[in-house]
Amino acid sequence: MTNADAPRTPPDHPRVALLVTCLVDVMRPQIGFAAVQLLERAGCIVEVPEAQTCCGQPAYNSGDRADAQKIAKDVIEAFAGFDYVVAPSGSCAGMVRAHFPELFANDPVWGPKAAELSARTYELTQFLVDIMGCKNIVTADASVKTAIAIYHDSCSGLRELGIKAQPRTLLKAVPGLAVRDYSGSETCCGFGGTFCIKYPDVSDRIVTQRLADLARTPGNLLLGGDLGCLMNLAGKLSREGSPLRVFHVAEVLAGGTDGASIGEEG
Amino acid sequence: MHVTTDFPAAAKKALADPSLQAALARMRNGFVTARATAVARLPEFEDLRDRAQAIRDHVLQNLDAYLERFEANVIAAGGQVHWCRDAAEARQTVLNILRQTGAKTFAKGKSMVGEEIELNPYLEANGVRPIETDLGEYIIQLRHETPSHIIAPATHVSKEQVAEVFRAAHGHLDVGRPLETPDSLLAEAREILRKEFLSADAGMTGANFLIAETGTSVIVTNEGNGDLSQTVPKTHIVLAGIEKVVPTLDDVSVLLRVLARSATGQEISTYTTFSTGPKRATDMDGPQHYHVVLLDNGRSALLGGQFHDMLRCIRCGACLNHCPVYGAVGGHAYGSVYPGPMGSVLSPAFAGIEAAKHLPHASTLCGACEAACPVRIPLPKMLRAWRDISFERGLVTQRSKLGLALWSFAARNPALYRMGAAIAAKILQKPRAILRLVPGLSGWLATRDFPAAQGKTFMAQWKAKRG
Repeated sequence: MTNADAPRTPPDHPRVALLVTCLVDVMRPQIGFAAVQLLERAGCIVEVPEAQTCCGQPAYNSGDRADAQKIAKDVIEAFAGFDYVVAPSGSCAGMVRAHFPELFANDPVWGPKAAELSARTYELTQFLVDIMGCKNIVTADASVKTAIAIYHDSCSGLRELGIKAQPRTLLKAVPGLAVRDYSGSETCCGFGGTFCIKYPDVSDRIVTQRLADLARTPGNLLLGGDLGCLMNLAGKLSREGSPLRVFHVAEVLAGGTDGASIGEEG
Repeated sequence: MHVTTDFPAAAKKALADPSLQAALARMRNGFVTARATAVARLPEFEDLRDRAQAIRDHVLQNLDAYLERFEANVIAAGGQVHWCRDAAEARQTVLNILRQTGAKTFAKGKSMVGEEIELNPYLEANGVRPIETDLGEYIIQLRHETPSHIIAPATHVSKEQVAEVFRAAHGHLDVGRPLETPDSLLAEAREILRKEFLSADAGMTGANFLIAETGTSVIVTNEGNGDLSQTVPKTHIVLAGIEKVVPTLDDVSVLLRVLARSATGQEISTYTTFSTGPKRATDMDGPQHYHVVLLDNGRSALLGGQFHDMLRCIRCGACLNHCPVYGAVGGHAYGSVYPGPMGSVLSPAFAGIEAAKHLPHASTLCGACEAACPVRIPLPKMLRAWRDISFERGLVTQRSKLGLALWSFAARNPALYRMGAAIAAKILQKPRAILRLVPGLSGWLATRDFPAAQGKTFMAQWKAKRG
């Protein structure tokens, strides 16, 4: 289901709005800056609409459709006029791309607007590979000591947006880095947004299972494209004393792995 | 249908049960790997899923017509059809048939509809002894439990627990007999059940499919118990939901190709049995009476509504097998005979959202269920639809409602949101002792570290750099 509606050929220097995402904004802005760097390297003119807050997914997944719709309308307006909207998250991009049209399915005014935004919204690696045609976005800055990276596909990215090959394609170009799957690559980590707050013990059991899966695959990095999942995995790994270092794929592509990983003291 | 969900408490209990957790670990690996292997060996599997979905969609668009055709063909074959609006009518109908034939013992093949209408306790209270003949159902009948999985009802039980309950139930056998291996347990169950088949006054099966063009009921089993339940006793009662009908034998063959692969990873189940009416004059054997009890129980109310697509379900169990939440807590935590994602959609429909309010939330919405569903039911979408209804009816806690309202208000006011985000970015850099005071974080912190925030929001830094 990768880009069912055939994407337009992008202009050489498309105007791209970054959907920062609430988690990246508050927890790890470094991922946002990495995304900006990668997009600029790919030739995009990046802007960060000031009116953005959150995509509304917490309300949408909690059954609060009225608030989800109100927030979605704000998002539609905040991101109007750009060639593309790009988020360093499959979950938030999936919300806009897969669920905004559903939110306004019977709305003659907002339905078409939601569909229009949906069609030009992408997750970062998906955008770089599928739209900008990037294969190698790495510069000399990306310093990675020889490492084996295990990739965890986030559920929304994988199943709502069909993202699987794109991050691996980009990571292949990082010198010294080998990318591997593990048996839990496509299985939920237990984060689930509000799920991990509502059912922390069930969420913990699921992430414990992923750690058991990870233990069977040798590697020194764990990478993914969604900060929520990565915080969950990193938080569990660090509590268990695992040496596995966790990064967002954009961080590795933009600047390597010299800095503090997710959950490491910075 | 009865739903008793205190999912949060039941999940806690399930997580703390080592025997259940060991059983779930076996199940998780087994079913998922088996399905993946079977699917990889069939290049046309995705096309078959499309065809299976189309068949089921077509049936649901024309359900009345196919049900009437099915009924006419059952009657033409010498059988009878009984239409039941709800569980009480279905129980009463089964009991009436048994009474008419003077049946006191009743050999039952596996039937989820039987579980749905809670048939066994009703029959027992009315002087009929039901004997579950599917090994898993037999085990849970002895343990006085409900199934924890729709195709593997005793998946939560260890072989040691089976030995224990067999020793207690089969008191006439030598106490010193070895019962350590699955083979020895199976042999004992066969021995006991064989006598029951031969002496049962009536037999029952569920139906995986009902075929309109022939009036046939179809069951898939791996033990052969269904065949004995339906051919040996004098009376055969088929108990099925109205949505089980499909137009033709050709349609069934498409559905069979996705059913076993999705369920157990088998190419086809060991037995696939078609039964049409009672014994004919030229048949060597078979039942003298053939009855089909068709149950609505809330199904027709789903037609044409937002849960319409749920009626495509062919009860393969793939969504349970692939659900991370089911895999962590097992079926009983859901408090319904239909657990996992399909159950969390059906239980509120059959028992009311008030009784089943926790279930639509017992999901990470990871989408693995929809990805595995042979008839592509959009299960996450339907779980969200129940969450919408639940929210509208005020069935969520005041605390989560308030939290959501505050957050939504902030999300709609960027300046306020910026301030909140800046404060959050500061607080979330703090050590665990302080983080514990943040509402909602204590559960996470009990077993996981909370990766520290970097201290300043992206938006603030961006403004300083480029704004």
